Order: sequence, then structure tokens, then C-alpha cells
Amino acid sequence: MSERFTKSAARNIFYGGSIFFFVVFVALTAHSHWYMVNISTDSATLNENVIRGKHVWEKNACINCHTLLGEGAYFAPELGNVWVRYGGKDDPKAAREGLIAWIQSMPTGIEGRRQMPHFDLTDQELNDLVDFLEWTSRINTQKWPPNDAG
Amino acid sequence: MKYASQKVAYWYFTCAMLLFVVQIFAGGLAGTVYVLPNVLADLLPFNIIRMIHTNALIVWLLMGFFGCAYYLVPEEAERDIESPLLAYVQLGLLMFGALAAVGGYTLRVHEGREFLEQPLWIKVAIVVVALIFLYNVSMTVLKGRKTAVTSVLLLGLWGIALFWLFAFYEPHNIAVDKLYWWYIVHLWVEGVWELVMASVLAFLMIKMTGVDREVIEKWLYSIVGLALFSGLLGTGHHYYWIGAPGYWQWVGSIFSSLEIAPFFAMVIFAFAMVWKGRRDHPNRAAMLWSIGCTIGAFFGAGIWGFLHTLSSVNYYSHGTQLTAAHGHLAFFGAYVMLNLALITYAMPYLRGRAPYNQALNIASFWLMTSAMTIMTFALTFAGVVQIQLQRVMGQSYMEVQDQLALFYWIRLGSGVLVAISVVMFLWSVFGPVREPKPATTSALQPAE
Repeated sequence: MSERFTKSAARNIFYGGSIFFFVVFVALTAHSHWYMVNISTDSATLNENVIRGKHVWEKNACINCHTLLGEGAYFAPELGNVWVRYGGKDDPKAAREGLIAWIQSMPTGIEGRRQMPHFDLTDQELNDLVDFLEWTSRINTQKWPPNDAG
Repeated sequence: MKYASQKVAYWYFTCAMLLFVVQIFAGGLAGTVYVLPNVLADLLPFNIIRMIHTNALIVWLLMGFFGCAYYLVPEEAERDIESPLLAYVQLGLLMFGALAAVGGYTLRVHEGREFLEQPLWIKVAIVVVALIFLYNVSMTVLKGRKTAVTSVLLLGLWGIALFWLFAFYEPHNIAVDKLYWWYIVHLWVEGVWELVMASVLAFLMIKMTGVDREVIEKWLYSIVGLALFSGLLGTGHHYYWIGAPGYWQWVGSIFSSLEIAPFFAMVIFAFAMVWKGRRDHPNRAAMLWSIGCTIGAFFGAGIWGFLHTLSSVNYYSHGTQLTAAHGHLAFFGAYVMLNLALITYAMPYLRGRAPYNQALNIASFWLMTSAMTIMTFALTFAGVVQIQLQRVMGQSYMEVQDQLALFYWIRLGSGVLVAISVVMFLWSVFGPVREPKPATTSALQPAE
């Protein structure tokens, strides 16, 4: 590096540039926060059931096998669109029953197949969890995932 | 070892290596469940195993960073650590929290956000640990000589603590939750951790090559500048599909593509310093890990990150085995190798010996890096096949997974090799010492 580019020049560029980019980043995040609350998610239907459902999702560490909007472990299917995959848009009742029946029938115990643990969930917890997944499926995700397979 | 209080680093490294073993063991189990899914299904389900695998990794890397700081700060600041007692208290608390977390996970005691599964009291304990640490290290630096290495290191460590606070913010809205969750995850590993990495690397180069500090510190500022200029807005590559505005596809694609720049600069830096140095440091193994670390980070974080960072590619690759491939090589290349580099360098001093078991340590380097390379390729191929079948052709998730078995077997095999190489490494640094310390310190001793 040339002599004109001194250590103190490098230091000043580092501190100045980092502060600049951090401020821009925080500003864009603040806008994204606003956008999420007001535009891309349905805040009006973010009710107690959905909030409790999110806690069921967390308490049982679902994210450490599944992905949700593509984030999580890659050991089990994507669940951000599981509501859609179960036909919830056309027949919400059947989708709800199908999802609950699936969770309750675990583990299958089939040899050579990945096993989902048995979770002792109450009817309310099961319904809350489905409410959470239904609500999540309506987030505007820029058309991700590419298809129903998730 | 120039300052007696540097000795605390020895215990940090020891505890870190203990958790490293836990991490590798859990990784081996998880890899086994991938190919033999009924293993442990009732006793210890996959989600718990993975939690242990990832948490042990993160905690031991942090513990290693703390050890690095306690080792290098006295030499840089030219004075003893402010309070060695506090350093031991901090270590005890962190190790207790880590073991309690792992033990608790096996009993299903956990929270549920990815990587943040620790129960609340452990999250609070981590804050206490951070406060003790920052007080201790900051005071040491403030009262001593200030160098670019310690400035950048401290900035990185303060950043780690600051962004950790987002662990306590849990919005009800899952999209907003994810938005700030990345303030911890991304701003750690693609932000402030890079400051720690670059400063430790700079310290190693100063010590081992003997190149003028002014030159090395100029490089250091340039590298961390590139890291933050690209990495901060590069967070955008996590905001494509979680309900954030569409502009992140532009911002994220452009800036995260540039995230390769600091890693490339680190490779050039390491090689340039070694060539320029004209000194043969006796600890060849430490030199190998230091240079290897820059290359590992360049491929793992740089190349494998770039592979799927453009939003048009990520639309198909997001959340597949390709992500797993990148995650494994990036963490290994950047942060695991960095810690092993400093441990290899510091252990002879901490134990008061000449560099020992070099051949075994070097052999563990080649076995570990080769095995991780194989693992990365196995997961990459698995990811590419998965993308084609699932994301393009629309086959169902489990149907696709059944077709990836071969790759998962290869991954398990390479994982076993990693485990063997870890044992070799540990034996080389903790095992019996063959060469005694020279009776007198020769004036011709090349570098430190």
C-alpha cells in the first residue's frame, strides 16, 4: 500500500464508514419494521391465539427440525406455507383437522423414516399452533417459496 | 508468556476445547440420525441434539475469543490483566451456564428461538459474564498501551455484548421477530466477530512474522473496514423472504456480494506478511493454522456465501442443504480455525514449553480441513439436488430427502474423520511434552 494511505487514514475511513453504514442500516431496519407491521403482515388478526401459538412453536423448539420462512433446521419440511399445502385457503376446517391429526399421530415409528417426537399438547395449544401457522402463511414473503413443496 | 495473568487464557482454552468435544459429539449424533432416523428418536430427538450441537459451538467459540483476549491484551497493553480473579469468576459462571444449558436441553428445558434456546436465567448470566469481561479487558487496555489490535478487538467484543441484548426482545409478530433476530445472528458472525478474527490474526502476524506493526495495523483497519462496509447492509440477504420490503433484494445482493472482500483481503494479508517477514517462526503448526484460517474463511464464508447470496439464486436455495454446507464451512474456516490457531500458538507459552508435537498438530490440521472440505461438498451436492427436485420440480420435501441418503452417509463419514482429527489436535496441545524448554532463552530467538 502506498505511503499516502497511512494507518491513521485507514483508521479514520474504518470508523467513519462503519458509523455511516450502521446508521443507514438502522434506518432501513426501522422502515422495514414499520413495513412489516403495517403492510406485509396482517396486524389486525394478530390476536391472543396467534401469540399463544407462537409460544407453543417456541416452547417445543420446532425450529430445530423444521424451517419457517426458510430459517431453522433443514431436517423436516418448511412450515411457513404448511397451511397452504394442507389446502387451508380453500377448506380451513379440513386443513386444521389434518394438521392436528398429523401432530397427534407422531411418532410414526416407521423404520427408516424420520421421526417427529410426540408432543403432549392440549386442544387449545394445538389450535393456537395452527392459528400461528395460518397467520404466518399470510405474510407477504415476496412470493417465496417457489412452490407448495416449500 | 510475558505476564503471569495471561495464564487465565489456559483455562479458557481448556473449557473451550471441552465444549468443542461436546459440539463434535452432538454433530456426530445428528449426522447419524440423518442416515439412521430411528436412532435415539424417543430418548433424544433431533431438535435437542441440534440445539446442543449449535449452542456448544457458539459458546466454545466465544469462550475461545475470551481466552484470545486474555492472552493477547496483556502483551499488547504491556501490563497484567486488571483482575485475574474476575476472569476466573467469569469463566466459572460461563462454563456453569453452558453445562447447565446442555444438561437442561436433554431434559427438555429450553426456549425456542433458533440459537437462543437458553433459558432466561442463562441469558441474563451471559450478560453478567459479558459485563465482567468487558470491565476487565477494557480497564486493562485503558491503563496500558493502546494499539490498533486492542482497539479493534475491544470494539468487536463490545459489539458482541451489545447485540446480544436483542436476545431479550421477542416481538409477537414473527416477521418482526426475525428482523431483529438477525441483529444478533448476522451482526455477530458477519459483523463484529470479524473484528475479533481480524485483530487476533493481526496479533499472530505481528508475533510470528516480525513485520512492522505499522504495516500490519494498516492492513487491520482496511480489512475490518471492508468487513463492516459490506457486512452491515449485507444483513439484507436474510431479509429477502421474511416479510421485509422488496428493496432488500437489491441492497442485500449488492452488499453481501462484497462480503467476500474482507476475507480475500485477509488471505492476501496473511501471505504478504509471511513472505515479507523473512522469519522462520519455530511454531510451524501455529503458522499453518493462521494462514489456513484465512483460506478456510475465504472459501467457507466468502465463496460458499456468495454462491447463494444473490436474491435470484437464494429464491431457490434458501433453507436447503446448500445453506447447511455454507454454515459448516464458514464457521469452521473462520472461527474454529482462528481459535485453533491462537491455541496452537499460545499453548507452548502457557505451558512453559518449546513448541511440541508439531507433526501431530500439523497432521490434525490436514485431516480436519480435508474432512470439512468433503463434508462441505457432500452437503453442497445434496443441496443442489434438493433445489432441483424440490424447488424447481416441486417434489415433496420427504420424497426428496430420501434421495439424498448417499450424501448424508458421506457427511457422516467425514464427520467421523473430523472427530478423529479433534482428538489428534487435543493430544498435540494438551498431551505429554516431548521437548523440554531450552535452558536459556537464546538472543537469536527469531520471533515471539
